[in-house]
Amino acid sequence: MPDHLNKDPALARKTTQEIESLVREEHAKLLAALISQLGDFQLAEDALQDGIESALIHWQRNGIPRSPAGWLLQTARRKAIDRLRRNKNFASKSHQITHDVKLNALMQMDSEEMAMRSAPPISDERLALIFTCCHPAIGEKSRIALTLHTLGGLSTGEIARAFLDKQSAMAQRLVRTKRKILSAKIPYAVPKPEQWNERLQTVLNVLYLIFNEGYFSGSTDGQMRVNLSNEAVRLTRILLELRPEEAETEGLLALMLLHDSRREARHDATGSMIALAEQNRNIWDQEKIHTGLTILQNALERQTPGPYQIQAAISALHAKAPDHNATDWQQIVHLYQQLHHLHPTPVIELNRAVALSYASGANEALKPMHDLKSRLSTYQPFYAAYADILQRTGQIEQAEKAYNRAIELSEEETTRLFLQRKLGAMLRAN
Amino acid sequence: MKYLALIYAAPGSSPVPGTPEFGAYMADYKHATQTYETDKVLLASEALEDTGTATSVRVRNGKTETMDGPFAETKEQLGGFYLLDCKTIDEAIRYAAMIPDAKNGTVELRPVMDLSTLG
Repeated sequence: MPDHLNKDPALARKTTQEIESLVREEHAKLLAALISQLGDFQLAEDALQDGIESALIHWQRNGIPRSPAGWLLQTARRKAIDRLRRNKNFASKSHQITHDVKLNALMQMDSEEMAMRSAPPISDERLALIFTCCHPAIGEKSRIALTLHTLGGLSTGEIARAFLDKQSAMAQRLVRTKRKILSAKIPYAVPKPEQWNERLQTVLNVLYLIFNEGYFSGSTDGQMRVNLSNEAVRLTRILLELRPEEAETEGLLALMLLHDSRREARHDATGSMIALAEQNRNIWDQEKIHTGLTILQNALERQTPGPYQIQAAISALHAKAPDHNATDWQQIVHLYQQLHHLHPTPVIELNRAVALSYASGANEALKPMHDLKSRLSTYQPFYAAYADILQRTGQIEQAEKAYNRAIELSEEETTRLFLQRKLGAMLRAN
Repeated sequence: MKYLALIYAAPGSSPVPGTPEFGAYMADYKHATQTYETDKVLLASEALEDTGTATSVRVRNGKTETMDGPFAETKEQLGGFYLLDCKTIDEAIRYAAMIPDAKNGTVELRPVMDLSTLG
């Protein structure tokens, strides 16, 4: 370690903390601005890393600058210029022309800022970054990984752990995705109005998948799960900040908060899952419920319905019900019908049938469940629901078969434990 | 940026001559090609004979070997291509979606490599 770093340990510690908190808060903004200026994800990432290392040395020596984020951006850009200069010798003749154009533009930008004697405010390019990471030409898993990496600032190792992947495999996935963005010319831009709704749904789907990975995932790392859900909520809030008054974004945020309000009530001390009907509603997080309901109300007033608003409205009816029986099941059946109209999938039909079994009685749900069997023959939640409905109609033998099939199809230990407990209780009672 | 749009479809999935659907299908191809020409993005395009006419060639130990048939036997076969000059992948996707066989099969978009960057 160079000796100037050791002169004042207190200052060194303070500087390191300052950089860490700055990087945590401003990472996405800095990276988004750099990608916009450099037109290259990998170069921007490397340059920002160089800039952070440089800050560690300079700030300990000279103190923290007046505009730390502006300092970092300017330094990172100069580091990028250095990297481009070093690579210049390797570029071919015709490639050197584009290379030089890029280099000149960056140097011009740098000297203009120097002339102004202060760094200009950083333009917020995070919206372009979100839409680029979630571009439909990128595979779904890569969209999630790149979004967590660039916007969330999660390390390759953290993302790999969350998805139970090898770190090397995740690193390769990120490299391949960044290369595809560059060589297939995936635009770094906010979509045009005619594409907006479709592209926004893709972004919202990525954020919801991140949330669910944290909420339902099989990862045994509990802390990691909480982090992913919180990260999804944070990113959705940022998206709403960047483009406010978007009903579907509000719908998704409300949905996440309403789900999240039940986090503590979803598992018992052994980690086994507790069904909605049996959860202790007194430990539901009322603050999250209140915020979720308020945001949903704002969304619904905009009169532009969409799938996330409908799902949030369903979750809101659960949140408002004093207990399972007092839930407005009729309205939930109606909402699932609306959702099915937008997305005709068997899983939504399944949810509708379950709601129907509470609204109109288990016998009413038998036919729709029977009709779904061939389409959901390998879907664990179908057999879990079917078993429950059969049990409520008194068809114990059939119910036992369905429970066993559900247990067989369970991938997660907590789900398996939950189903085994239910099956055991049923067999003892009969 | 040049993109090669490779048109893949399963034999029998596209309308055949003599049916009423075939006229509309060909008219849609004509419409797509004309749009590319009007927008000045078309560099080349060809339709290919079916894979039953394909010959695969490889050289091993200096000896040329030929095989009757395509390189890979897959359900969907390469039936033709467009070479398009577009600004971004978004533009290329929009044009690729106009190819009638995108409805029956799949259009694969591949950016053309800039060989000058290899030095």
